[in-house]
Amino acid sequence: MLKSLQVITDPLLDKNPVSVHILGICSALAVTTSVATALTLSLALIVVLTVAAGLISLIRHHIPTSIRLIVQITIIASLVIVADQLLQAFAYEMSQRLSVFVSLIATNCIVLGRTEAFALHNRPMPSMLDALGNGAGYALVLLVVASIRELFGAGTLLGYGVLPLVADGGWYQPMRLMLLAPSAFIILGLLVWAVRSLRPVQQETREFVPYEPERQVQP
Amino acid sequence: MAEAHRPNPWRQFLDRPNTDRTKTVGIALLVAVVCGLSVSIAAVALRPLIAANVVAERQALMSAMLAGLPGIGEILEEAGADAAEIAIVDLGSGTLADTIDPADFDQAAIAADPATSTALDRAEDLAGIGRRENLAQVYMVRRDGELALVVLPIYGNGYQSTIRAYLALEADLQTVAAFTVYEQGETPGLGARIAEPAWQAQWAGKTASRDGEVVIEVVRDGAEGPHEVDGISGASVTGYAVTDMIHFWLGPMGFGPWLDRLRQGEL
Repeated sequence: MLKSLQVITDPLLDKNPVSVHILGICSALAVTTSVATALTLSLALIVVLTVAAGLISLIRHHIPTSIRLIVQITIIASLVIVADQLLQAFAYEMSQRLSVFVSLIATNCIVLGRTEAFALHNRPMPSMLDALGNGAGYALVLLVVASIRELFGAGTLLGYGVLPLVADGGWYQPMRLMLLAPSAFIILGLLVWAVRSLRPVQQETREFVPYEPERQVQP
Repeated sequence: MAEAHRPNPWRQFLDRPNTDRTKTVGIALLVAVVCGLSVSIAAVALRPLIAANVVAERQALMSAMLAGLPGIGEILEEAGADAAEIAIVDLGSGTLADTIDPADFDQAAIAADPATSTALDRAEDLAGIGRRENLAQVYMVRRDGELALVVLPIYGNGYQSTIRAYLALEADLQTVAAFTVYEQGETPGLGARIAEPAWQAQWAGKTASRDGEVVIEVVRDGAEGPHEVDGISGASVTGYAVTDMIHFWLGPMGFGPWLDRLRQGEL
């Protein structure tokens, strides 16, 4: 029980797919302008990832190694299409705001990464728990970035006014930069830095040491 | 005993080693069929719901566009949502087809049926649509019995999708009151920006046609004068497509004849 709990909680901080493995950055930048879009995309990703991990783990003994990537991507892409259709049918406005990013879940490295690294070698239950944990880890980072961006970019959280805007007679002048993609890079970078300062274990070893030629001493 | 020697074919297939060619092809086929089936079932089952959503959004856009126009919003508020009356125009003769009930009118079906549409030759087909329906729906808003606004639903081939839009003309039938794109699949971030309110806002007050000649144009940069609209950088083809589709639909093969008659007060 404790072990399966760990499978879920590990990816939240210690093995977070976004802040540690730096996966899934593309969508993390694009959909974090507001908490609502980040939440919807996170939910879609969690559902797709969990179902994909379960299915792939179920047939893992019969996936020929030579075509395993194609089989995985086919399953993932089909699930993404179904999820996209469901969103368009039941949350049309939200699907319009997310535009292409729901379809781009298929190319999200986290999904293929988890099915390839975990689901292909483990039984369905642990695989789905691992998928759930990684999805939640992705969602956590997205929500943190989205909260910061929405709060300082528009003065709202989940659409509710938090900071009174100058335009409405308040004191807060929204930072337009927060709604542009570069701000997501900056916030994500600061987040990774903060997490790694608190958890030095996560710091990567240097890949190379810069070459420093010996100084020639002038006589 | 026979069973022990001959397990069922499905088991036999699964028991093959994963490096086996038959198994590889078989698994690939199975996965493809199952995935294809589930995607198709989802698409077919959800299509009516999605279509209803699209129609609802289009109507909301139309109402929002009309409500946002100076002078028109008030009329609609006074008269209610039904103030925009629907009319069916016979594009060939340029007259109103009064006999058809707009409630039963299905423009997509008419456009698809060769008996009720006209093939366009290449020189005429500015919008790149191949065939043009003979009957088209328009919306008219009247103020004290006088025509105040005409809304023409127009469409044409863009860079990579069909662009559908409403072109609202003021009472002189030459000045653009508003231009709203309600459906497009152009490149996100580039051509798709034609659906943004900021880009569409610059259309209001532009001159679409002068003395029966369509003059409005989306230009690459530095729009000057009342008949030029600033294009979007990186989306020249989308800009040309919008220009061409407006030229087509306001021209002789589109609503041109009907607009001429309206202008001369014949209708």
